[in-house]
Amino acid sequence: MKLRPIIAIVLRQLYLMRSSPTRVLSMIAWVAIDIVLWGFISRYLNSVTSSGINFIASLLGAVLFWDFFTRVMQGVTMAFFEDVWSRNFINLFATPLLISEYLSGLVLTGIVTSLVGLIAMLLLATGLFGLPFFSLGLLLLPLLLVLFMFGIGLGVLASAMVLRLGPASEWLVWPIPALLSPFVGVFYPLSTLPAWMRAVGYALPPSYVFESMRSVLAGRGYSAGGLLTGSALAALDILLAAWLFTAVYRYAVRSGLLARYSAESVS
Amino acid sequence: MAVDGISFAVRRGEIVGLLGPNGAGKTTTINMVLGLLQPSAGNIEIEGVDLARHRSQALAHTNFAAVYAALPGNLTVYQNLRFFSLLYNVAAGASRIEQLLGDFDLRRLRATRSGMLSSGEQTRLALAKALLNRPRLLLLDEPTASLDPSAADLIRARIRALATESGCGILWTSHNMYEVEETCDRVLFLSRGRILLEGDPKTLPQAHGAATLEALFIRLAREPLEQQAGGER
Repeated sequence: MKLRPIIAIVLRQLYLMRSSPTRVLSMIAWVAIDIVLWGFISRYLNSVTSSGINFIASLLGAVLFWDFFTRVMQGVTMAFFEDVWSRNFINLFATPLLISEYLSGLVLTGIVTSLVGLIAMLLLATGLFGLPFFSLGLLLLPLLLVLFMFGIGLGVLASAMVLRLGPASEWLVWPIPALLSPFVGVFYPLSTLPAWMRAVGYALPPSYVFESMRSVLAGRGYSAGGLLTGSALAALDILLAAWLFTAVYRYAVRSGLLARYSAESVS
Repeated sequence: MAVDGISFAVRRGEIVGLLGPNGAGKTTTINMVLGLLQPSAGNIEIEGVDLARHRSQALAHTNFAAVYAALPGNLTVYQNLRFFSLLYNVAAGASRIEQLLGDFDLRRLRATRSGMLSSGEQTRLALAKALLNRPRLLLLDEPTASLDPSAADLIRARIRALATESGCGILWTSHNMYEVEETCDRVLFLSRGRILLEGDPKTLPQAHGAATLEALFIRLAREPLEQQAGGER
């Protein structure tokens, strides 16, 4: 792998962000709305219940984690979609760019854009609602890392899907986080779920993050084994997604799909 | 099948015209050489490097400009050249970009988004991008299609000089037979995915009983259709 082609993919996204403030705004606006909405809900629940649960920490913290994961995934897919929207595949894939370099560029772009979203969320959540985010201490690092890895894996997987099915399939990507959220127990313990949903939940890395977060906030500590399982699953997801993207790309070259991609073929 | 059993070479410093009616397989051929489409059989070598086995190394020696592959319109002229110079791993990219901006009269447009350029300016940008990595094989798919006669003449002269001075081999498709006759050293005439004729564009028409290259083109383009119509009757 060479460094310059990877930088190219990131730089292109930075050029676009610099020239179009709406792109930066979209990275901040949705998370800000979520934080404000859930911040007030959490504050209200704190005032009307005497359960001893700090809803600011458990609910708003969960929203922040979930939005971070969503931002990472969208950071990868948005960088990919730029090539879809600008019909740039012919120019892009006629260069010496390796698929591993392209995916690395998408991942780096995801890091940059998700960090912007994370900083905005932290400023709002701690400034407006006093979220004790850093009370999780060093545990924050593995929790964010698992979510980050899963976001990368899912972003690459979604990009592979759009590469295979055509530009019109873009709408399939946006609801993915919403579809997953009931299974991973963002707002409730997995034990709340019926057995079959719980089984699906245990196969998804974010479940281990939210279970750990709730456990620590309740003063029970966290399961290192659970977090390791989450990390291993997330790493496996990245490998599978990268393999799938490469396989779809090879199919697209073999079948001619890549050369006529803008025709929106699903054959 | 868009292309069937074709075989050709482009030598150093040679400009080869790829001619044929719409749907003959010209763009399919170019897509295969660019690694965008994998041939079902056979192999492609660029500077002796097998494209299927060493795609990245082979494509480092090539570049292209095509009317159907506009550069991202939301990037400026400079940003596009910077983006592609990095993708092609061009060393000293900044100075190469400045040189090409001057060569193609794009300096005053460097901060203009590519999507805002006229078609002629976009063609010049596409050609500048195509020369970023000093390719050994340059693929040009109707590069002068949207240029006025004066601009087209300048571009032809520049590409001719490029082939002579740098030894770059060029595969050129065009429907402008005057241009082909003036620019190309050799032509390949494609029809329904096969090479029907090959030779010097200046002598080929006479050798096949046609007054001009255009007359030969029209005859060859219609013959397969007439044969098909005859077969169906």
